[in-house]
Amino acid sequence: MHPESVRLRWKTWCCAALVVFSNVFGNFFLKRGMPAELATPSAYITVLFRPLVSLGVLLLILWLASRMALLSWADLSYVLPVTSIGYVLVAIAGRLLLNEQISAKRWLGIVLIMAGVALVSGATAPQTATSGTEPRGTRP
Amino acid sequence: MKWLLIGVIVAATTVGEVLQAKGMRRHGEIRDFRPGAIGQALAVLARNWHVVGSVVAMAVSFFAYLGLLTVAELSFAVPATAITYVLETALAKYVLKEQVTWVRWMGASLVICGVALVSL
Repeated sequence: MHPESVRLRWKTWCCAALVVFSNVFGNFFLKRGMPAELATPSAYITVLFRPLVSLGVLLLILWLASRMALLSWADLSYVLPVTSIGYVLVAIAGRLLLNEQISAKRWLGIVLIMAGVALVSGATAPQTATSGTEPRGTRP
Repeated sequence: MKWLLIGVIVAATTVGEVLQAKGMRRHGEIRDFRPGAIGQALAVLARNWHVVGSVVAMAVSFFAYLGLLTVAELSFAVPATAITYVLETALAKYVLKEQVTWVRWMGASLVICGVALVSL
């Protein structure tokens, strides 16, 4: 494989891992910290000052930043399926940390997601569209 | 109320993520990850209307999602919002001009079915 495409693939995988972990843990802390209901519009703001909610929000800011970096070179149609491995991580974390049961239906879903991720990340290059910063006409 | 929130989430997420991809691709590959360079990149990105628009749309989607979780179960919310994968993959092809080959469509379809099965 061409050294430039090897470099881009490794960079893509590292950044995608950061996107997935910050999203999974960000949502986890957010859900842990959220109250049962948000009665008034101001409750949507004051809830942000709970410790677990603010930790979740910080991780989601990291998620936004790392996803923006990833999309600066990788295709959206590549990033979407590849980062969906997060759903698998959530199910497995539930099994290992919270001792939740994984039904046969969920296992099937996990297998399908992993197959989709393997197909897209293994068989297609992260970048197919041209970058806006490159001079026009250098690539078809 | 549930379906109105789903509609808002799907529309805002799709618009937000496509704008984000368009704005970032226009900015070009981020190569320098030192704090100073990241700060400079953020200053440039704050003047990129695609990126600013995407952050606004994703904030709308985030608060609508918080609202949805108070009126619906997670097992309803997650599969209902998985429709954004279909919309965004189609927009990636026609708006962002990415080469969405049959392998990518296949992968995206497997992921959508998988997400529905995991969360239903």
